[in-house]
Amino acid sequence: MSAPPRAGVPAGRGASARAGGDPGAAARRRHRRRRRQGLLLVAPALIVLAALTAYPTLWVLWLSLQRRIPIFGIERFEGLGNFVFLAGDPRFWNAVRVTLGFAVASVGLELVGGLAVALMLRGQRVGRRAAISLLLLSWALPSVVTAKLFEWLFNPTAGLVNFALGGAALNWLGDPALALPGVIVADAWRTLPFVALLCYARLATIPPAIYEAAQMDGAGALATFWRITLPLSRQILLIAVLFRTLDALRAFDVMFILTGGGPAGTTETLTVYAYRSLFQTLQLGLGSAVGVAVFALVMAVAWGYLRALRREGLTA
Amino acid sequence: MTPRALWKDLAVLAALALYAVPFFWQALTSLKPEAELMVLPPLWPSRLTWEHYQVVLERSPMLRALGNSLGVGAITTALSLGLGAAAAYGLARFPVPGKGALLLALIAGTAFPQIATVSPLYLLVRALDLRDTWLALILANTSFALPLVIWLLAGFLRDVPAELEEAAAVDGAGPVRAFRWVVLPLLAPGLASSALLTFLLSWNEFLFAYTFTATEASRTAPVALALFPGVFEVPWGDIAAASMLASLPPVALVVGLQRYLVRGLLAGALRE
Repeated sequence: MSAPPRAGVPAGRGASARAGGDPGAAARRRHRRRRRQGLLLVAPALIVLAALTAYPTLWVLWLSLQRRIPIFGIERFEGLGNFVFLAGDPRFWNAVRVTLGFAVASVGLELVGGLAVALMLRGQRVGRRAAISLLLLSWALPSVVTAKLFEWLFNPTAGLVNFALGGAALNWLGDPALALPGVIVADAWRTLPFVALLCYARLATIPPAIYEAAQMDGAGALATFWRITLPLSRQILLIAVLFRTLDALRAFDVMFILTGGGPAGTTETLTVYAYRSLFQTLQLGLGSAVGVAVFALVMAVAWGYLRALRREGLTA
Repeated sequence: MTPRALWKDLAVLAALALYAVPFFWQALTSLKPEAELMVLPPLWPSRLTWEHYQVVLERSPMLRALGNSLGVGAITTALSLGLGAAAAYGLARFPVPGKGALLLALIAGTAFPQIATVSPLYLLVRALDLRDTWLALILANTSFALPLVIWLLAGFLRDVPAELEEAAAVDGAGPVRAFRWVVLPLLAPGLASSALLTFLLSWNEFLFAYTFTATEASRTAPVALALFPGVFEVPWGDIAAASMLASLPPVALVVGLQRYLVRGLLAGALRE
């Protein structure tokens, strides 16, 4: 591009000629005008986000400080009462455990599986498009569809899972020991392709010469993986962990539909607890307090990760 | 490295097809005769039938729900892209005060848990008398699609050289004309990626749609599927057929417009 450097443009012909020979004043005027134009461009989106995200966020904080049960006409300020209640509420702490367990297990599965799929896909020449289509299929489906697929796969009498296990009669979604693993598998199936795609894109940028050199030095497949592939994928894996953990902490659809939080609360995440308080037992204040807890958890994790990424030298 | 042997490529394809089996199994289930649904083995039914699709299309609200999803998705996408393109352009090219903080707020916005705002938004929707309308869903979906769209487009704009607009400005074009005639044509692929992701997000959204709708007038496909009516026993075949119908647009996008989808997905994650 042979265009002049940016700094040369502000005092361009029209502006300086009309400003009567004071290029500094003209540049300042131009800067003010550009700032006004920029604000006008940004304003509509910001107003919408302020109304639909920022305002509800403040409102939910306010709601969480209230005792509000519309069907009994109860509506009063309670301060931190809901949070004090939650601090001693075994159901809340169970939901925290389920949420964290779910997040750790499903993100872990996705990382290992996603990296494995990316390694498989690397070097694919025949049918690469078809391969990516097959991979992204599960990612693109609505989560409700995923839940319905797995509800049917886990069916005790006619489900493919029990059939594949040689005619087992396991009641996957009804057994307190099996329900959470079932939900985790369904969620990991849906989100693994995202991690795989990120890793695949990263692996494609590693120069083959590095591998050729390693081969020449007599490094085996395992050593190559541990010494070259994994360290070079470190950053992308961290980013994938960040995105996926944030998603897993706020996941709702799959467990809500597959198990509704049951059996015996073994799959009741914070989101499901919040939803049931809000819209099933109609405790608007308490449900909002649980929602605020999810919000705080997500933001704390995001902040922690961003610090870690920054240490890695990524300006995330 | 030496090119990989053909059989390895085929093995990978087979493994990925195996990964997609939950979907294919549902597709097969949707074509099984009612009497053979609850019997396994055999894996393959004696004949294939469209009867479940007939039931779903004629005797369930699914068709209406697909229409609602399409309408809500299209309008959400148009609205998010319109607002998002303007905001991204402003942030990428103009000296907007507080830019850094705004961008940070936008990243936070993409991580926002919807469960935290569902209760105030529900009260808002009720107060504005928007319950069970498309508008409620369009606004709610825009609230979480917009930060992503701005983020993606601001990234794509970085690839469009600013010198071109500056040349246009010197020739007397205002920011709107410069955007329309200089930037837009170059930004088109980025807009396509953002539009695809927004439409998918909107199509797949469940929590808001489940909470803000009450009847067929506005229920989207995922909600209709979640509430699929069964009288005494679960109609697995009909549910499978309904799942397939709700999956059609996402599957078509993955297969048909894969390039834009992959670009958008990677841009969202790698642009930081």
